[in-house]
Amino acid sequence: MPNYDRATIEELIDGTIDFFKLKEMLSSFKDPGRFDTYVSILQDRVPWDDKILLPYGLHLYIVLKRDGRRVIKCDCGHEFCESHENWKLHALIYVRDTEEKMAEIYPKYLAPDPQWQVIREYYCPQCATQLEVENVTPWYPVIHDFEPDIDAFYEEWLQRPVPSY
Amino acid sequence: MAIRQGDLSNKQEELLTQQYRRAIGWNGKTLKEMRAEIDQITQETGHYAGLKELVLKEQDPIRFEKMFAKLRGGLVHARETAKRVAASPIVEQEGELCFTLYTPEGDSVVTSTGIIIHVGTMGAAIKYMVNHDYEVNPGIEPGDIFCNNDCQIGNVHPCDVHTIVPIFWAGEVVGWVGGVTHVIDTGATGPGSMTVGPVTRYDDGYQVACRKIGRNDTLLQDWVIESQRSVRTTKYWLLDERTRIAGCHMIRDLVLSLIAEEGVDAYKQFIREVIEEGRRGLINRIKAVTIPGKYRQVGFVDVPYRHSDVEVPPYAKVDTIMHAPSEITIHRNGQMELNFDGSSRWGWHSYNATTVSFTSGIWVMMTQTLIPNDRINDGAYFATKFQLPYGAWMNPDDIRTAHSYAWHFLVSAWSPLWRGLSRAYFSRGYLEEVNAGNANTSNWMQGGGYNQYNDIHAINSFEAAAEGTGAGAVKDGLDHAAAIWNPEGDMGDMEIWELAEPLVYLGRSIKPNTGGYGKYRGGCGYETLRMVWGSRDWTMFFMGNGYITSDCGLMGGYPAASGYRFEAHGTDLKERFEKQLPFPRGGDPNPAEHKYEQCLEAKVVKRDKQTITTEAIFEDYDLYLNYLRGGPGFGDPLERRPEDIEKDLNGGYVLPEYAEKVYGAVFTVDNRGKYHVDPEKTEQARQAIRKERLQRGRPTREWMAEERGRIERKEASLPVRHMYATSFEITEKFLTEFRAFWNLPETWNLSEDELEMPTFGSGHKKSHAR
Repeated sequence: MPNYDRATIEELIDGTIDFFKLKEMLSSFKDPGRFDTYVSILQDRVPWDDKILLPYGLHLYIVLKRDGRRVIKCDCGHEFCESHENWKLHALIYVRDTEEKMAEIYPKYLAPDPQWQVIREYYCPQCATQLEVENVTPWYPVIHDFEPDIDAFYEEWLQRPVPSY
Repeated sequence: MAIRQGDLSNKQEELLTQQYRRAIGWNGKTLKEMRAEIDQITQETGHYAGLKELVLKEQDPIRFEKMFAKLRGGLVHARETAKRVAASPIVEQEGELCFTLYTPEGDSVVTSTGIIIHVGTMGAAIKYMVNHDYEVNPGIEPGDIFCNNDCQIGNVHPCDVHTIVPIFWAGEVVGWVGGVTHVIDTGATGPGSMTVGPVTRYDDGYQVACRKIGRNDTLLQDWVIESQRSVRTTKYWLLDERTRIAGCHMIRDLVLSLIAEEGVDAYKQFIREVIEEGRRGLINRIKAVTIPGKYRQVGFVDVPYRHSDVEVPPYAKVDTIMHAPSEITIHRNGQMELNFDGSSRWGWHSYNATTVSFTSGIWVMMTQTLIPNDRINDGAYFATKFQLPYGAWMNPDDIRTAHSYAWHFLVSAWSPLWRGLSRAYFSRGYLEEVNAGNANTSNWMQGGGYNQYNDIHAINSFEAAAEGTGAGAVKDGLDHAAAIWNPEGDMGDMEIWELAEPLVYLGRSIKPNTGGYGKYRGGCGYETLRMVWGSRDWTMFFMGNGYITSDCGLMGGYPAASGYRFEAHGTDLKERFEKQLPFPRGGDPNPAEHKYEQCLEAKVVKRDKQTITTEAIFEDYDLYLNYLRGGPGFGDPLERRPEDIEKDLNGGYVLPEYAEKVYGAVFTVDNRGKYHVDPEKTEQARQAIRKERLQRGRPTREWMAEERGRIERKEASLPVRHMYATSFEITEKFLTEFRAFWNLPETWNLSEDELEMPTFGSGHKKSHAR
């Protein structure tokens, strides 16, 4: 099994990894220690102290609060909701549902027709990062993308208790 | 080594007394009995064939690996060798073929590279023959050749033609080998392998339902004559068939030589164990790279059939949207469950799919992500649970459905699964595996008539095998590179396409802005401008997504651009060439500028979003733009590195206006036309865009209250309402969840009857297909 040093995983996170190193990483068996190195790097980088239980998306984390709650948190510090909820319902939304709004991002003829499909952008209310984009038909329920089973992951797959304080 | 002489003579004698013949399964069983046994014991034990222990693999792992390597290497070798027999560029250039080895019951053991969606479809055909007593009539003999391309038996679409050959050892079937190629034409209502126009099975072209077409390794003359008279591209059909037979016979020889070396008992044990190993392998891999839990995503694609350029029967004149919501559940024991509840109903178009194409084809995608190795067999299928709602587009409740371009939505329905799994990879830190999704692998340029050699001909350009790929979490997607359905695909050489098609290239260019924007952008697609030349009675048509972008971006990335069409008829190009005047060349980088029309006079120019059409007449000097799509993006575009935007601008991957608006780039152009992005000014511009986001963004729940009002009033376009109506009709759960999400009363519903569109077929469900 391969094992990558911390610097290599940092390069991976930063997108600066050498192409051939990346190719080798893709072609090799997976390194079982990756998760711990990865979380450790991310924990060092965020400006807050809550313990990361699981990286949840680009800029988003499920963290453990001191009171035991599990919360979805942006790396800017904004806390959206508890981990079992859909964070998008607690975000800012901007819906591109007219030709004019579509034309801001696609040349004419290259955008979807808003009568058939709209584009929904979800922003962090604090740092304004665009965290997710949905292109769906009008009326579509806001998609709850990911509900991880953190307990099963730690206890059964990693065979250790879920981190605590 | 050919087939065993003893087997041949033995069976020849028995032909005279077929009804007294002993069974050809193992130990005196029929193949049908073997099939039932395998299913029962697998279900009872949870292990394929009841194998709780892999005795051969554990006791002699080197021997096990040697056997696997010989078979896998042999299958790949057979594919590479056999494809040189073909003349069709689809097979010879694009590699649209595949060979798979099966157990006597039809479970796949080892497969070659190529269009491995067929790992399960040919198995379904074998199972069909086994379960329909082919052993008794028409008989299964050494040297037999069978053919299938019937979708409802086991296929994706009729153009994927299967050749299936049994392998005998000492009077017993020890397995089957299947070969498949994507043929250029199947004699459907319109020319081309994936033609637009069929709305029922009976329009889909020549369908061969598990038919015995050869004996003693020789094709039957009546088959050769009939098949040659049933399709437009006769030479390609003939050579494709020779390709499949050559590959199957190479593999049959390989299996027999392996049995001679290892013994038949070891071989029998091996083919069972390697499938169970495949089942365990998927579960182990899931535990190694994902997170248990639920992942939800959705895909859509447009079916705009009310347009005047779509000539279909009145009951098919429906504008609708195909819908595939998916929920992946990864259980704590590592089992994966894929649920497509809420999918829309099948329709009178050729984009329906069969369950086996759906469950088998998923592995063509999974081999590019979850199981990126050579152990592809039915083990992965046995490790996965599928829920495909009955009556939906991928599980029709009516045998009349057409399937000629099932891929129109298969691609877009599977691609979100990759996006879902990417969330897991991201959480585990395996960022190198993250993929935002896939391109809608179109346009499909197809047509036919008399070609430049005065032969009756059909075309299906596989330039579509090189679309932009989705962005990753560490790098951009690949530009004009691949297609989800054939990981080895490429765009093919222009010179070869010009030989195969009466169409001259006036350009082949990168298509800017087609890859979804993002921190890492989706790969851009490309476009080729073709001029009809040397044909007679020639027709062509378009096939792809237009009103809809079928796949989302990931974690802040935008979806890829959607499609449009450009065609010109009655042009003045002949005169322009003679007078050496400017004429349309190269790409159409900003379609809003109508660049081609600036150096062209034409009686008819069609530049619009109607990217599905049926046959239109094309004369010499008419133009057709073949635009191949891009892939979706990853991450907030405001995080894209300025140096990468600079490369995009200078490489023609993004138009300057959108580099500014979407990426917030501030740049200058030097006197050589080279762009320079200013990082500091770009950062300032990005701060301004972020402020603008906070101003225009609204709390989601506030927006939901308004959207709820629109739903209550049923305010949406007809295709949108039609899509929901058919999804609600099939899956009560989807309707219940929809009502719950929007807080709608229990009485709220939407049915097809309320819509001003034909509902032909929607109320008449009979289980003919089963």
